[in-house]
Amino acid sequence: MIEVFLILLPFFGGILSFIIPKFNKVIGLGTFVLTLFFVFGLGLQLLDKGSYYHFIGGWDAPLGINLYVDGLSLVMLGLTSVMGLSLSIYAKKYFICKQSLWFWTIWLFMIAGLNALFLSQDIFNFYVTLELIGLSSVALTALSDTKEALTGAMRYLLITLLGSLFYLLGVALLYHGFGSVDIVILSKKIESIPVAWAALGLMSIGLLLKSALFPFHFWLPLAHSSAPAPISAILSAVIIKASLYIQLRLWSSLFIPLGADLYFEVLFAFFGSLAVIWGSIKALVQTRLKMLIAYSTVAQVGYLFIAFSLALGGISIAWSALVYLILSHALAKSAMFLVAGNLLHFHGHDRIIDLDRIAQRLPLSTTAFALAGVSIIGLPLSGGFIGKWFLLEASITKSNWVITCTILLGGLLATGYVFKVLGFTFTKTAFSQETKNISLSMELIPLSLAIMAIALGFFATPLFSLMEIGNPFFIIRVQP
Amino acid sequence: MNVNTYIPLFVILSSFVPALIIFRLPQKRHTLRTFLNLFGIFMTLFFVLWMFIGVYHNQEYLFRLPLLPNLDFSLKAGALALFFTGLSSILWFITTIYAIGYLEGSAHSSRFFGFFSLCITATIGVALSANLITFLIFYEILTLSAYPLIIHRGTEESRIAGNKYLFYTIAGGALLLLGVVWLYVLTETLEFTPKGFVYTIVQEHHFASMMIFTLFIAGFGVKAALFPLHGWLPLAMVAPAPVSALLHAVAVVKAGAFGIIRVVYEVYGIEIVTLLHLMTPLAVIASITIIYGSLRALFQDNLKRRLAFSTVSQVSYIILGVAIAGPVAAMGGIVHLVHQGVMKITLFMGAGNFAETLGVHYISQMNGIGKRMPLTMVAFSIGALGMIGIPPIAGFITKWYLGFGALDSGEEWVLFILAGSSLLNAAYFLPILYRAWFLSPPQSWPDEQIFSKTETKLSLLLPPLITAFFSLIFGLFVATPWSPLSWVQLIIEREFY
Repeated sequence: MIEVFLILLPFFGGILSFIIPKFNKVIGLGTFVLTLFFVFGLGLQLLDKGSYYHFIGGWDAPLGINLYVDGLSLVMLGLTSVMGLSLSIYAKKYFICKQSLWFWTIWLFMIAGLNALFLSQDIFNFYVTLELIGLSSVALTALSDTKEALTGAMRYLLITLLGSLFYLLGVALLYHGFGSVDIVILSKKIESIPVAWAALGLMSIGLLLKSALFPFHFWLPLAHSSAPAPISAILSAVIIKASLYIQLRLWSSLFIPLGADLYFEVLFAFFGSLAVIWGSIKALVQTRLKMLIAYSTVAQVGYLFIAFSLALGGISIAWSALVYLILSHALAKSAMFLVAGNLLHFHGHDRIIDLDRIAQRLPLSTTAFALAGVSIIGLPLSGGFIGKWFLLEASITKSNWVITCTILLGGLLATGYVFKVLGFTFTKTAFSQETKNISLSMELIPLSLAIMAIALGFFATPLFSLMEIGNPFFIIRVQP
Repeated sequence: MNVNTYIPLFVILSSFVPALIIFRLPQKRHTLRTFLNLFGIFMTLFFVLWMFIGVYHNQEYLFRLPLLPNLDFSLKAGALALFFTGLSSILWFITTIYAIGYLEGSAHSSRFFGFFSLCITATIGVALSANLITFLIFYEILTLSAYPLIIHRGTEESRIAGNKYLFYTIAGGALLLLGVVWLYVLTETLEFTPKGFVYTIVQEHHFASMMIFTLFIAGFGVKAALFPLHGWLPLAMVAPAPVSALLHAVAVVKAGAFGIIRVVYEVYGIEIVTLLHLMTPLAVIASITIIYGSLRALFQDNLKRRLAFSTVSQVSYIILGVAIAGPVAAMGGIVHLVHQGVMKITLFMGAGNFAETLGVHYISQMNGIGKRMPLTMVAFSIGALGMIGIPPIAGFITKWYLGFGALDSGEEWVLFILAGSSLLNAAYFLPILYRAWFLSPPQSWPDEQIFSKTETKLSLLLPPLITAFFSLIFGLFVATPWSPLSWVQLIIEREFY
């Protein structure tokens, strides 16, 4: 039953906070604490019973809707709830009264959508949750009320609608061809006929658009950098991974038998590598902090797809790399965005060369940025390092030296852009700048997220055993 | 549950925990900060001494923590590990006294001492690592925690120097990471083993073994300032004097040299490296670096830059000793870890004293400085003469064993390198000594501070005198059982041959 509550709780929380705006903060925070609690309970249950299905209302597919929980969904749910809670604490201080009226409702809807997505086992449900997430994130992006934010949000809206539309077409084709939308049933029926291939193509285009793989990344920097800080954080941390998650599920149960993995292996490796190089170089030349961080996301998405490609190539360790990179990037990148939010608030601008002795004046934020940077670069010992270690291990096992060099080069470029920022936190600007105070919780939240990103480096072994529950990558494992 | 298991971890923690607390201390808490520093140092020294006695009696200290499937985070105190640990912790003590005199009272001391202790934690971690992945972890932590110290002053110049330093070291780190992962994929172990573990794959993966070795040398060579990867070191001299003294003369560059020692003896093993025909190239690079560094040092007027190029040259003695591939030469090389450490730290603290007390930064300003600051200059002179290799100072012992070792292994050409470099050392150190002792002092010094009782602050004066004293007795009492050389003998017998 817990899994149903995970969806309903934020949903009703959202409605409630709309009806009683006076208590919206309390309702929002309370919901997140409860959600985290439920995820914890779900984890215990999973450890006890192993992966399982839940038939909503007692109806099995194809009539009813199935929810499915395994190690992968647990890890993603855990990430969502941890991010949700910490960003809510941050947002409580960040948003002014007027914005906060809209924020909590939409925010809780979005979390409901994310939780539902990670529990779904049905390609049409994926579509529904994608739409819910997409629309609410567009609304949240537009919340910051500047011209840039509106442009960014508009572009984001068009892209997300286009992406969902492509995906929906694919769903329709599969439903037409094989008569079901449930993944388990589909995986038994699917065969290599044109309709399946067309669906694969359409769904991939839609989802790649949403996960902003190079060259579909064009909408990302503006949208992510103009949104309010906590929204930028969740967009980079979880939202773009949601569509990646769907691809993971689709590939591991539906598309591998089609024999298309070879093409996509090359495609993902190629565009992933380009994304790493292009995103990092673009990040390196940015003069604004939030833009820099947003381009860094473009590069990190590249790493995820490199891992995906290696995994499709049959290297099972690449799956671990992928999940680890998702987690550590989420924590580190959100910490970075929140620090950028702090600096924007502190100075009123986010020009990198005018950071003006932040290292002394906001030591906690600077530490948070530095630690997050360590994980993004992949220096030891951090979550990013573990991910990179596995990625390198996979690419060397495969003797793919181009990818190996790309991974290392990406790390060097990342050092370049992270330390470009850190170097200027020590120097003094020639002119004096007015500053505003920042509340302690706004400094502590990014710091604790960054520390979590570092701490991921110490808990690789237990996390892997948690992730392996229900063997989410089973089908790919049996491939030679 | 054996307490001995945890001692290596305690050593790490006794500098790490004070570092974390110091970061959060407000600027004004001088006493508490000093207390924490000294407390950490004494804990470290206590544990290190304990382990020294234990290891001498063949006690084992091994700490393990699972990090990844099949890979542990492990610390082990062997003879070689302790040698480097002992060096770092004792010099840490001396430099901290010096740093308190040098920096306490100036801005951002908490940040400075925090990162300073963090660097030591990383260096000791590098020393105690029992496998390559642990080594890599501490090695990179060292890279990162030295960065804020280089840009400590917050000027544009230091920011650029810091960027250059990072560019070199992170690139080196990336090569190293590639080498380590590659090796792991092939051998499925990374544990340091006496005589190496690469022999299991060398038949099948001849080319890969060569490539990995090259990657390792290039990766470590950046920190060890091997030519042509030394470019960051002279620039990093913008850091405050204690940082240059301890980190750039001892901890950071030694971590690189130590890495090469580990790779040659305990990852590959001498025989495999010789089999792959890689020893001679390594010896040649080391020799080129020795001569090149000395030549560059000759033309520097800035005292700290001259010392920096001298470091470039001297650290390669260690690598040369390793690369000659004989037990005697190895003794000379490894003992130089300590010998170069104490001598170079003396020189840097001397240079710091001149800068802090008189505002003298350039050699051309040093006329007659021996009359104004005789004690500092005595220490400086002992260090300088030791570097040249005048008996009975420690540097002589190194050169003696290196030369003997070279003859032993039939590599006579090394003698020419040694002679040439000694000549060059003399050429760039003796003029300084001549100026300082025999020329008459100027009317006024650039920026003089007067201390009524001594020539400079006591906390600045004592540390170089102590290290100069060490350089002397390490040379004089070389045959006693507790001298560095005797310990190196123990290392060589137990771990290498």
